[in-house]
Amino acid sequence: MTKELLKGNEAIAEAAIRAGVEAFYGYPITPQTEVLEHFSKRMPEEGRVFLQAESEIASINMVYGAACTGARTMTSSSSPGISLMQEGLSYIACSEVPAVVVNIMRGGPGLGNVQPSQSDYFQAVKTTGHGDFRMIVLAPANVQESIDCMVLAFDLAEKYRTIVMVVADGAIGQMMEPAELPPMRPLRSPDERPAWALTGANGRKNNIITSLYLGAENLERVNDRLQAKLSVIKKEEVRYHEYETEDADLLLVAFGTMGRTCQSVVNTARAQGIRVGLLRPITLWPFPEQRIAQLSEQVRGVLVVEMNAGQMVEDVRLAVEGRSPVSFYGRTGGIVPLPDDIYPELQKLDKETAVPPAKN
Amino acid sequence: MAKGMIVIDEDRCKGCTLCVPVCPPKILEIVEGRFNAKGYPPVEVTDMEQCTGCAVCAMICPDVVFTVYRQKPQPKKAA
Amino acid sequence: MSGCDIKENMELVYQRPNSLTANDTHYCPGCTHGTAHRLLAEVLDELNIREKTIGVAPVGCAVLAYNYFNVDIAEAAHGRAPAMATGIKRIRPDNVVFTYQGDGDLAAIGTAEIVQAACRGELISTIFVNNAIYGMTGGQMAPTTLPGQVTRSCPSGRNVQDTGYPVRMSEMLATLPGAAYISRQQVLDVKGIRKTKKAIKLAFETQLAGLGFSMVEVVTTCPTNWHMTPHQAIEWANDKMLPYFEPGDKKVSDEVAALIKRK
Repeated sequence: MTKELLKGNEAIAEAAIRAGVEAFYGYPITPQTEVLEHFSKRMPEEGRVFLQAESEIASINMVYGAACTGARTMTSSSSPGISLMQEGLSYIACSEVPAVVVNIMRGGPGLGNVQPSQSDYFQAVKTTGHGDFRMIVLAPANVQESIDCMVLAFDLAEKYRTIVMVVADGAIGQMMEPAELPPMRPLRSPDERPAWALTGANGRKNNIITSLYLGAENLERVNDRLQAKLSVIKKEEVRYHEYETEDADLLLVAFGTMGRTCQSVVNTARAQGIRVGLLRPITLWPFPEQRIAQLSEQVRGVLVVEMNAGQMVEDVRLAVEGRSPVSFYGRTGGIVPLPDDIYPELQKLDKETAVPPAKN
Repeated sequence: MAKGMIVIDEDRCKGCTLCVPVCPPKILEIVEGRFNAKGYPPVEVTDMEQCTGCAVCAMICPDVVFTVYRQKPQPKKAA
Repeated sequence: MSGCDIKENMELVYQRPNSLTANDTHYCPGCTHGTAHRLLAEVLDELNIREKTIGVAPVGCAVLAYNYFNVDIAEAAHGRAPAMATGIKRIRPDNVVFTYQGDGDLAAIGTAEIVQAACRGELISTIFVNNAIYGMTGGQMAPTTLPGQVTRSCPSGRNVQDTGYPVRMSEMLATLPGAAYISRQQVLDVKGIRKTKKAIKLAFETQLAGLGFSMVEVVTTCPTNWHMTPHQAIEWANDKMLPYFEPGDKKVSDEVAALIKRK
């Protein structure tokens, strides 16, 4: 396959189509509207289902309906729209039907603005919706990785009968980069559906899909099952990227666009003699806590860089467990830090954690 | 001979009494002092011989208590 | 079971429809949800579509409807059933899809979803159970509560200056071109029950013929939260609800009219 110049949002949509998505339901919201528009053009071309819903609430519930039939389905939105979807996400998670959701993050809170941010980390990882559950959260750092994450998302969603959310900041959604799309997967026939799916009780007992379990013992059993599933996911599906960590004695931790920017910071720092490495989580959940714990024994300081007021840094601190100091640099409001903004913070950490020379 | 017959699934009955006034021959009654497994006083037929199999009881009943039978149409006698 | 032995020359005239499970319902004595369920099930049997039907249950007294309908069925979030049904029908157009919703589910929190589903002409059928109150949560005001009606959240009676007038959903949705068949019926008496069943059947025939969105609003009783006996409740519904919520067909598209003619 050849590389093409692709816009993030369009690449995300096209990657989903190649991965075999059968139904897209969504609503316009900046900075992800191109996802919806690309689907509106391509899904009819491929004979698949596209519908612009009346709201994000309707979108996630249409996804829920289609997911109950065992179809490959997704929606896409941005921060305030994802807030509206939280009820639906909780229902989908408890019902254990597979679904994929994309969040192209923008400045918040509230109506905020349409510039890029990473301030939905807590929303995606900690507070997706009411109740005890987690989604698998993938955080690509560029257009190619966004494509790869979309294909992975559908596979993981179906493997575990869970929600996979792909979070990319608005910059990734809007930027254009050379990237390679995967080949088109053959579409399943409507008869190829899992045994639990709602397809019509033709010659079998009827299937019921619900998230209502009256009776505490019943609901505890369901929760135990969900937690057991999450334990398996935690063990098997952690993904991250490391850069120059082998001999590092300082560590940068950043995801998405900040991960990419921090790679430049590593290069600059190394040229100046600072032995810094980067750990870039790709799965925000399950979080690469084990690897960060390991690295925290190796380094004398950790700098976490995010486009928010400090969200992932809390999980980094939990993983580091006090083994080394953890600093934070973040910008809010849609500001995208440049390497020159981040490097002085690394220099500060380097100075603060410097080992004093041995006295003679 | 009765033209109809109903079978009452007594334990489904909630004693709501909606069937009592609509039965044309008025042969349905909630008997006080007797209770089904749910703790409701169920409906009973007072005189099955009067039943016409009209199935109005089955139509008004929210709980599918009644199964209704009716005499098959008899062939006309030759003149 | 009480009753005599089945005589040889008798035929079965009525039994529980196949599309209704044998489960006892949790509905109150005299609650006409049971009647509405039964009529819907009878229609699915008569049209022989049980095995290709997918239902969507609401939040409300009928939240456990998935235990009563013998079809593939999903439980929706409050008000979202028409959106779920849309998601299902769009990806599985050969299935028959219905929603069964109460007045809070459809006319309060779910107003956007039902209006937009009707607007789009979604090929789904909705049974809308109107009992002028919120039953499941213990009897609060509904969008269909009548002026002056006392409920737990308007203990002095509904004040229209403050909370507006009850909403007539059937008339409202009938204004939409996407709505092919909208009817309001009642299950308060045998005549009404017969008409309700006819309307429900036509709603599903509308869907099967691909003619547009169909809905049957069913005026029902809530003896428990109206603080009445089942008979008093029927009387109150007759006297007070039917003058405001008039039964009758509110929308019969030309194609549906042609369908009726062909029957």
